[in-house]
Amino acid sequence: MAYRYDHILIRYGELSLKGKNRNQFIKQLYDNVRKACTGFPSLEFEKQHDRMMIFLHDEDENQVCDVVSKVFGISSLSLAVKVKPEMEEILKACLEIFPLQEEKTFKVAARRNDKTFPVVSDQINRMVATTILKNSNWKVDVHNPDYKIVIEVRKDACFIMTNKIPGAGGYPVGVGGKAMVLLSGGIDSPVACYKMMKRGVHIECIHYASPPYTSLNAQEKVMELARLVSGYQGELLLHIVPFTNLQLAIYQNAPESYAITIMRRMMMRIADGLAKKRHALAIATGESIGQVASQTLESMNVINAVTCTPIIRPVVCMDKVEIIDCSKKIGTYETSILPYEDCCTIFTPKNPVTKPRIDKCEKYEQKWDYQQMVQQCIDQVETIKITPQKQEDDLF
Amino acid sequence: MIYFDHSSTTSVRPEVSNVYSQLLAQQYGNPDSLHALGRKAHALLEKSRENIAKMLHVLPGEILFTGCASESNSLAIIGYALANRNRGNHILVSNVEHPSVMHSMEWLKQFGFEIEYLPINSNGIITPSLVKERIRKDTILVSTMHVNNEMGAINPVKEISEVVHSIPTCVYHVDCVQSFTKIDVPFECMDLATISAHKIHGLKGSALLMKKKKVKLMPLIQGGQQEQGLRGGTENAPSNIVLSKTIRLALEEKEEVYKRVSKINQYIREELSKIKGAHINSKEDAIPYILNISFDQITSEVLLNALDQRGICVSAKSTCSSHQKNYSSTLVAMGYSEKIATHMIRLSFGKDNTMEEASIFIKTCKEILNQYGLSL
Repeated sequence: MAYRYDHILIRYGELSLKGKNRNQFIKQLYDNVRKACTGFPSLEFEKQHDRMMIFLHDEDENQVCDVVSKVFGISSLSLAVKVKPEMEEILKACLEIFPLQEEKTFKVAARRNDKTFPVVSDQINRMVATTILKNSNWKVDVHNPDYKIVIEVRKDACFIMTNKIPGAGGYPVGVGGKAMVLLSGGIDSPVACYKMMKRGVHIECIHYASPPYTSLNAQEKVMELARLVSGYQGELLLHIVPFTNLQLAIYQNAPESYAITIMRRMMMRIADGLAKKRHALAIATGESIGQVASQTLESMNVINAVTCTPIIRPVVCMDKVEIIDCSKKIGTYETSILPYEDCCTIFTPKNPVTKPRIDKCEKYEQKWDYQQMVQQCIDQVETIKITPQKQEDDLF
Repeated sequence: MIYFDHSSTTSVRPEVSNVYSQLLAQQYGNPDSLHALGRKAHALLEKSRENIAKMLHVLPGEILFTGCASESNSLAIIGYALANRNRGNHILVSNVEHPSVMHSMEWLKQFGFEIEYLPINSNGIITPSLVKERIRKDTILVSTMHVNNEMGAINPVKEISEVVHSIPTCVYHVDCVQSFTKIDVPFECMDLATISAHKIHGLKGSALLMKKKKVKLMPLIQGGQQEQGLRGGTENAPSNIVLSKTIRLALEEKEEVYKRVSKINQYIREELSKIKGAHINSKEDAIPYILNISFDQITSEVLLNALDQRGICVSAKSTCSSHQKNYSSTLVAMGYSEKIATHMIRLSFGKDNTMEEASIFIKTCKEILNQYGLSL
């Protein structure tokens, strides 16, 4: 029988530290992994108390690894070969699955879960190493091996594994409740989405569109960003708020320097309304202290004042460079820097206030019935379901 | 959907696309092949070349099929300059040409060619007297467009050609993409001329370069002996064959469409003059197919988006972004203010546009101004 990698072993991340909620966390992770792997119909899944196994059958191991390594809540994964718990089979499999014609270094680490197995661990190490050394140019290096061969002998089967592939870490998405993330189209907000999901929070995104001041290109860009981050939780709801009328009202009623501050306050009010409607427990933004006028601590105070819902700012203390690095890592950077206007950049005042005062905001806001317009925005929101796979056209 | 963007591209006539799909299915031979299918394709291709030559009043050997107008422009400019270095190295070009012309010129600089840009006047044209003033004994090439793509200004190509030909070693290249089949194009006074199929209800990926017999070029694409060895690569026979029909049908309708389009143009001009803040940037004597306008209250991009939302397609040169200043160089070169240049949109009409569409356009503009116009 020819051996090839036919299993993926998944090790749980931080969630293995959890006490009573542990089972719930594992179940969520199990569901998330299965959902992420819907593109591979022949996979089989098995959850154990300390780890999870995927039976690959005919699927390509590297493609499955790519998908699984993006699921939060996993500390690492390894490709594994299942063999009969017999010494002869173990040695045979080792010769088949490793690229022995190359020059590599290795180390063997065997473990007997089944203490009735006749060969002790140390003896397994020696036998496997001897076989490899005799049949290849490989050398032993116990400190920095290219291949760390882990052999795990159980009662019913033996697993041979090589190097650990790092997982995405964090908690399984969904165990941390739901939050609404404001998605602008810039570099920061997709990173905020990523960080929220990494802590196990299921997200829905809100985008404020101001056509014709913003183009459909800008909206498509946001949909693409949502698609790029949606892979971390399976699918994602994007709420597009028709913001034009409210933005025009702000422009007409507030002085230029306060326009952005009041716009942000309106956005928060709308986000708050949508959060209630969607049963989300928090609002998240891509704000970072001092990056622009509306992101000073003074501005944050004034903007925060319109809601009691927690506002989480996952990138608040990150440098722009760090945020950019993260956006490159998650693959959103190239899309974020496409040059389309979003509603924040339209009425950019020459001198926005960096230290706005709340009493002034309230005074300007009293000049018109903004509550009704905010409600209209909430009522007329357009919700789009975003899935990680691009919808392919019949044309191609 | 109201399509006022015919200077960008046009729909393909059903007559053309029908013949084209027939050819694709039946006449797929390589014109260079020696078997029956190849010979048939060759015969049809050469018949097309002959017919086009007749319509342009030039010789069949003076028609070169290319893949796009940008290729024609590049071949004309770079191909000519490199093949005629011995004549001199001074080139004159207008300062508002298509990027394929501009970039070809810039590219030539690395070979030591001296490129001199001729400024258009406030009417958007190059005057013959300016050419006369700048042309030198060592000027080997003058290149101007016939009709400006943003403003519709018509260059006096006949008069310019007389100046150009006063220097015996100088030739005249004219980009006729926006003029051909719309107004009379005097090919007899040009040495090189660019024409594109997709602007006249033909196929994309199809264009030609008219090259007078006496003009020597250096090929840009190396390959076989196709197109007199000036453009290597298997002939795109089906496209080149239907180009003949494309041109014939467009020329047959020329007068009639000109009248229809003039009426639409005149109507929009009149209606706009009644709207506060509206400007008509195209001059009265511009080609009626192109109408450049702007409104003080609304920037190019916002107006374009708003019209787009209401199913009306127009062009704007570039975005007036809050981050970058990027505006119509033609308008600025004509002496218009930056504000006009950042607020302009271009309407370009075609054979299928109607007066009804024009009136919907005016109505829609008024609505948009009402709703989104700002006193910026």
